[in-house]
Amino acid sequence: MAMATDVPKDSFRLSMLIYDTRYRSYTIQIVVLILFAMAVAWLLNNTVQNLAVRGKQFDYSFLWQRAGYDIGQQLIPYTNDSTHFRALLVGLLNTLVVAFWGCIFATILGVIVGVLRLSNNWLIGRLMTIYVEIFRNVPLLLWILLSYVILSETTPQPRDFRVTDEMAAAGEEPAASMMLFDTVAVTNRGTNIPAPLFDRGLGTLDLGFMTLNLTFWAILAVIAGSIWVNRRILASARAQQEATGDRPVTWWKSILVLFAPTILLLVALGFHLEIPELRGFNFAGGILVAHSFTALTIALSLYTAAFIAEIVRAGILAISRGQTEAAFALGLRPNRTMSLIILPQALRVIIPPLISQYLNLTKNTSLGIAVSYLDLRGTLGGISLNQTGRELECMLLMMLIYLSISLIISSLMNLYNKSVQLKAR
Amino acid sequence: MSDTHALTVTFVRDTMLPPAPPPVGERGAVKWMRENLFSTPLNIALTVVGLLAVYALVTAALPWWLNSVWNAGSLSECRQIVAASAGEGATGACWAMIRERWHQFLFGFYPPSQYWRPVLALGLLAAALAPVLFAGQKRNLTIVLGSVAVYLLVTLYLAATPAGAFALSIAVILGMIGLAQVQPGRLLWFTLLYPALCFWLLWGGSIWSPVVVMAGFALLYGVFRLASPVIGLAPGAAAGILVAVLWWLYLDIPTARALQQALPFGLQSVNSDQFGGFLLAIVIGVTGITFSLPIGILLALGRQSDMLIVKTLSVGFIEFIRGVPLITLLFTASLLLQYFLPPGTTFDIILRVIILVTFFAAAYLAEVIRGGLAALPRGQYEAADALGLDYWRAQRLIILPQALKVSIPAIVSTFIGLFKDTTLVAFVGLMDPLKGVTQIVRADINWKGIYWEPYIFVGAIFFIICFGMSRYSMYLEQKLKTDHR
Repeated sequence: MAMATDVPKDSFRLSMLIYDTRYRSYTIQIVVLILFAMAVAWLLNNTVQNLAVRGKQFDYSFLWQRAGYDIGQQLIPYTNDSTHFRALLVGLLNTLVVAFWGCIFATILGVIVGVLRLSNNWLIGRLMTIYVEIFRNVPLLLWILLSYVILSETTPQPRDFRVTDEMAAAGEEPAASMMLFDTVAVTNRGTNIPAPLFDRGLGTLDLGFMTLNLTFWAILAVIAGSIWVNRRILASARAQQEATGDRPVTWWKSILVLFAPTILLLVALGFHLEIPELRGFNFAGGILVAHSFTALTIALSLYTAAFIAEIVRAGILAISRGQTEAAFALGLRPNRTMSLIILPQALRVIIPPLISQYLNLTKNTSLGIAVSYLDLRGTLGGISLNQTGRELECMLLMMLIYLSISLIISSLMNLYNKSVQLKAR
Repeated sequence: MSDTHALTVTFVRDTMLPPAPPPVGERGAVKWMRENLFSTPLNIALTVVGLLAVYALVTAALPWWLNSVWNAGSLSECRQIVAASAGEGATGACWAMIRERWHQFLFGFYPPSQYWRPVLALGLLAAALAPVLFAGQKRNLTIVLGSVAVYLLVTLYLAATPAGAFALSIAVILGMIGLAQVQPGRLLWFTLLYPALCFWLLWGGSIWSPVVVMAGFALLYGVFRLASPVIGLAPGAAAGILVAVLWWLYLDIPTARALQQALPFGLQSVNSDQFGGFLLAIVIGVTGITFSLPIGILLALGRQSDMLIVKTLSVGFIEFIRGVPLITLLFTASLLLQYFLPPGTTFDIILRVIILVTFFAAAYLAEVIRGGLAALPRGQYEAADALGLDYWRAQRLIILPQALKVSIPAIVSTFIGLFKDTTLVAFVGLMDPLKGVTQIVRADINWKGIYWEPYIFVGAIFFIICFGMSRYSMYLEQKLKTDHR
């Protein structure tokens, strides 16, 4: 029995670059790399030529020039004398604030709808199915436009709220009235909501490049501190439970720690609400929320909630009934079963698609252009772009900002995903 | 023992009693309502809330529907008619607007004398899709092709089609029905020809330009078939692509021009800015769907690949596209492409938008398909390796059929998303049905202040198409289900 002990030494031939699996992957990668480099070089070359033809430079110095336009909704101080960069920041904050409220409302509504769709109530189940199917199968743009049109064309004018002396004498009601105990007025110009005011505010701190509203940050710090202390209390209670078997009563401590410091601070700062009032032809006082913001938030929440509802439903359905039965067999009570057995497993299924829905919502805020909402796309990619004529710089910067938001969220998601993933072989 | 029993008991019943009917609370509508509407206090409360909601909705919407006006020249006339017929203060829908403007919602500013062309293209689209959607099923194919024939007969007649085109299209569809009975597989050839045909029908112009472009593909295939036995598969394919590219670059336009001079034949050409409404949405949507699937599959395979450079490039592309909103990509199409292409190049805005929409959908599809690939047990890959299949055979025969099957629902929902996103082209100046056309209608002095009717009309059409797609995906999922769970 002659064993083939030595592999015949084959000399290297050129055709092995294609037909030998040992070398083929290198060949393919090198070809791809060359093609890619050529494509990039071609694009760059074209861009340089085009810029030269148009007599333009590629630089971002325009960001520090005067913007010269007004923005209706501004979370940080901004005037038309501010720079384009400041306008960019205002726009970015406007994008984020819509995304923030949209995510919160969409999650609340989506979870409720998803759970109700699974309920054994026939009527409610059908109604929720109709809601989900209608909102999922019609473009988001329609919901944005429709809510904007309804808000701005069917709501009363400010003068409809007026009660004249003759009307008061005749006992007539005005054509329109304010909502929520006379604190909120929805007119065709916007929604007037009460504004929080402080008699003894802490003022602002000027850091040179930006100003800090000390009152706001103080309240935020106190709330964060309360939450932290509450977590410490719960942790020590758990430690004591594990050591002795008895769990100390903590609920009154938690309530005290969570609410008392904030309330005390608010009282100390002289907190009260400024309620909008009809003066002359318009409402004064309070905060005027533009309809573009309201419409965008409503439409994004309703649309995304339909998707979240499906995700929640799928997550709950994915947990087999045996899990619940096993938990009952172990003697766990229903709410312990929910919190210890069902939720941890359902969340593993729910959270990744949920976060990608949040991402979608954040990207969809750019549809605010349809209702002239000045978000990042409206400021940097809209008015700034048109005023300075720097398409290339503005578009690239805008894409970069959106991309960083998305990548930050998706890397968090991947971290979470790794930590809860079931380990396969 | 049994005997003693029979002797001691005087009466033994030897027939069964007829079963008593279940109690009233345990049968029929009462039982159903008790179980499905009023089982617990919470359920009762929910039912009451649900009924109230339905009642509020019906009382608000029903009179509005019932008082609909179909014949009027303006919104104020509509309101007068409603007030006259249903009394002062009554609400009524004004569908007269749809009656007057439906053609703009469907076709934009497409020349009315040429409406038969998009109508024909849509009918033939269904005929071209049928062999793909219902591969080899004679019965379904015949049903679809038969309904296409009926649809064409009716709509082409209504759209005042020239007699020649009418006869030719009916002949084509009847021929396809005949072919479906004999060799349903051959119908795929029509599907392959359809893109060029559709392009020619919609944009018009000389018939020779699409023919010459298709000749490039024929050339590619011919060279590949001739050369591959001699120089091997991969070099053969490369040679074919090279010849085809050279054809398209240098010989395409002169040949088309020469043929047009020799045999002038064509349709009235239509500019891209005349496209609008659902015609535009369907053109962008269908082209995007068709081309994004293969690109998405390639990207997903690239992302799963062992080759570092291919993998990095795929990941970079996918993450970049998924990380930015579609609107910014559309603005890239309208503002930035002029920077990236050689100076002086201009090409059609619809084409630019289609390219970027396709890339956008492809990146999302790649992630969906990657999910399907990851869901396959490792054993499938190992089994393919153990059988000695090479990479492409393993993918084609073992991996992709299973991975694609798993990801069908997600793929279809990406397609639905793409179709809904076609409305965003309004922001680069194209006339989509939702913002473009509706804005034009609402800007008209006659229809100023109308909002429910156009949005309900457009929304209903979108709903029908998207809902239809999701139902088809459920059918496909059921059909392809092979496990026995």
